[in-house]
Amino acid sequence: MAELQGLPEEYRDMSLEELHREIRRMEQLIRLLKDKVELSEPRTSGPDTQDVDLHSTQKTETQTLPCRTNTARKEPGCTRSLKVQEYKRYGRQMIMPEVGLSGQLALKKARVLIVGLGGLGSPAAAYLAAAGIGTIGLVDGDKVELSNLHRQIIHTADNEGMEKVDSARKFLHSLNKEIKLVAHPYHLSSKNAVETLEEYDVVLDCTDRPATRYLVSDAAVIAKIPLVHGSALQTEGQLMVLNNPPIATASKKKGPCYRCIWPKPPPPQSILTCGEGGILGPVVGVIGVLMAMETMKILLPALRTNADESTRKGTPFLLYSAYLNPSFKSVTMRGARENCLACTTMANGRTLKNYGYDTFCGLSCPVNILPPDERMEPKAYRSISPTSGPAPILVDVRENTQYNICHIENSINIPWSTIREDPADAFQSMNKHIQHNGSSQVPCEICFICRFGNDSQLAVRRFREQQQKDSGLKFTCKGDIRGGLKAWREQVDPEFPDY
Amino acid sequence: MDTDSKSAQGLPIVVEFSGGLELLFSNQRKHKLSLPSRDGKGHATNMAYLVRYLCDNLMSDARQDMFVVDDTVRPGVLVLINDADWELEGEHQYELKKNDNVLFVSTLHGG
Repeated sequence: MAELQGLPEEYRDMSLEELHREIRRMEQLIRLLKDKVELSEPRTSGPDTQDVDLHSTQKTETQTLPCRTNTARKEPGCTRSLKVQEYKRYGRQMIMPEVGLSGQLALKKARVLIVGLGGLGSPAAAYLAAAGIGTIGLVDGDKVELSNLHRQIIHTADNEGMEKVDSARKFLHSLNKEIKLVAHPYHLSSKNAVETLEEYDVVLDCTDRPATRYLVSDAAVIAKIPLVHGSALQTEGQLMVLNNPPIATASKKKGPCYRCIWPKPPPPQSILTCGEGGILGPVVGVIGVLMAMETMKILLPALRTNADESTRKGTPFLLYSAYLNPSFKSVTMRGARENCLACTTMANGRTLKNYGYDTFCGLSCPVNILPPDERMEPKAYRSISPTSGPAPILVDVRENTQYNICHIENSINIPWSTIREDPADAFQSMNKHIQHNGSSQVPCEICFICRFGNDSQLAVRRFREQQQKDSGLKFTCKGDIRGGLKAWREQVDPEFPDY
Repeated sequence: MDTDSKSAQGLPIVVEFSGGLELLFSNQRKHKLSLPSRDGKGHATNMAYLVRYLCDNLMSDARQDMFVVDDTVRPGVLVLINDADWELEGEHQYELKKNDNVLFVSTLHGG
């Protein structure tokens, strides 16, 4: 069967009927592609005109071929670059002039690494897998938790406790079996980051703390690959393409890296995580989806011919805020920094040299300012016998929203933020609140509690300071509950909600 | 506070906070301010003046180190003058103009 040389395997066993169906489908697709070329030719002509011709690689030829009746392009016996089912799967994006067959092949050839499979990584991975990125690397050392699921859309309740990398692979595989998924079931560190990134063409930073963000960026600089950066918290998100291009070209300077923009890490006490500050699913989702789009733009050269981008100085930085109108704002950041540590020393040395990322960023240590005798274990509080008088009143210093989600019965709520801002006023209102609620045994005893046992210590200290100034505060402060409501759940009430 | 006669002319600007910084400023994102057009020494009002002014007059939270460290905005806060990085505009030395928009954004890290 010499005339069938080059026929992809999947056609060899097809019935006549199936073959006819495939021919009809592909003819239709080719018609659409040709129409699309015609429609877009006048607008997109230029150095980066997308080559949509299935076979020709000569640009001059395609540019002179807008005529639909031209049959000279039909080359008998040609080999197809995609599997037949891939034409159908990717057809809706392939018929876009921005993609075309060559774009689809570029995506198929591409290797993309996603670091972090959480709220950003989930949607990014889903869209990139669906778009047909040939190789997707997945990095995460965590396991799926129930508290992830409102935003980490590729993980399911059935997979609770599973390695995120495996859970992600399962989902992405069920979505698209045409692509290769590479699992990296570990946290990136200065020891493994460069060798991991070097296997890829683009990296997405979907992590959740400054130390790993510097790590991913430094490794991307050394591995010389573009970095798509996204982050989100509460109702806001941020997006930026960094290290792009990773090396200067004739027409473009090297793009800034994370360190070029943020040479110094933020003080640890200024950092809020999603676990502490909260996050809305669609907020982090929209940034993850946009990260997938930015990745595709990097991989699809034709999409880069945008007059706005070429004339713009600096690096675009997109800010999203769900409750603002307009919700999106694009601002311009500086370019690469001449004396950037990563772009100079690290890039030249080609190693992170066990750089201490946690030391660089500093660690936010748990608060430990109260002496042991001022800290009460939850079970000790619970076992206070009613015969020895009423137990101290619990003053819960969490924010009001959290207190309203769940609280210990008979506890009262004076948020730490109000104490910090105006202790005199906050403790006066506590005074009134307690007296109003009929705790007439003045002076009564109080004990502070919070979510984890940090703010409660600060509240104790602030209360004592205030008590010295204000003789009206006739309470005996017994200190705080060590370990807060987390310890309460562990020692006293396993049913107390873990939110 | 400022006795410079030119201060009466006033320099209207808009200051915005985002990324959580608004919590330090009465939980209000947008502030319309009128600054004196000259500082106490007769120099044109610049960004250094504005940062000090915000600390002294507009900040409602006592934790100044959440906004300013070593006399400048703390690491992790981006400053944008009319939507451009202040590093492209001369940072502290940038002399504010009428109706300038200055945006302070705290970098987010969550994901």
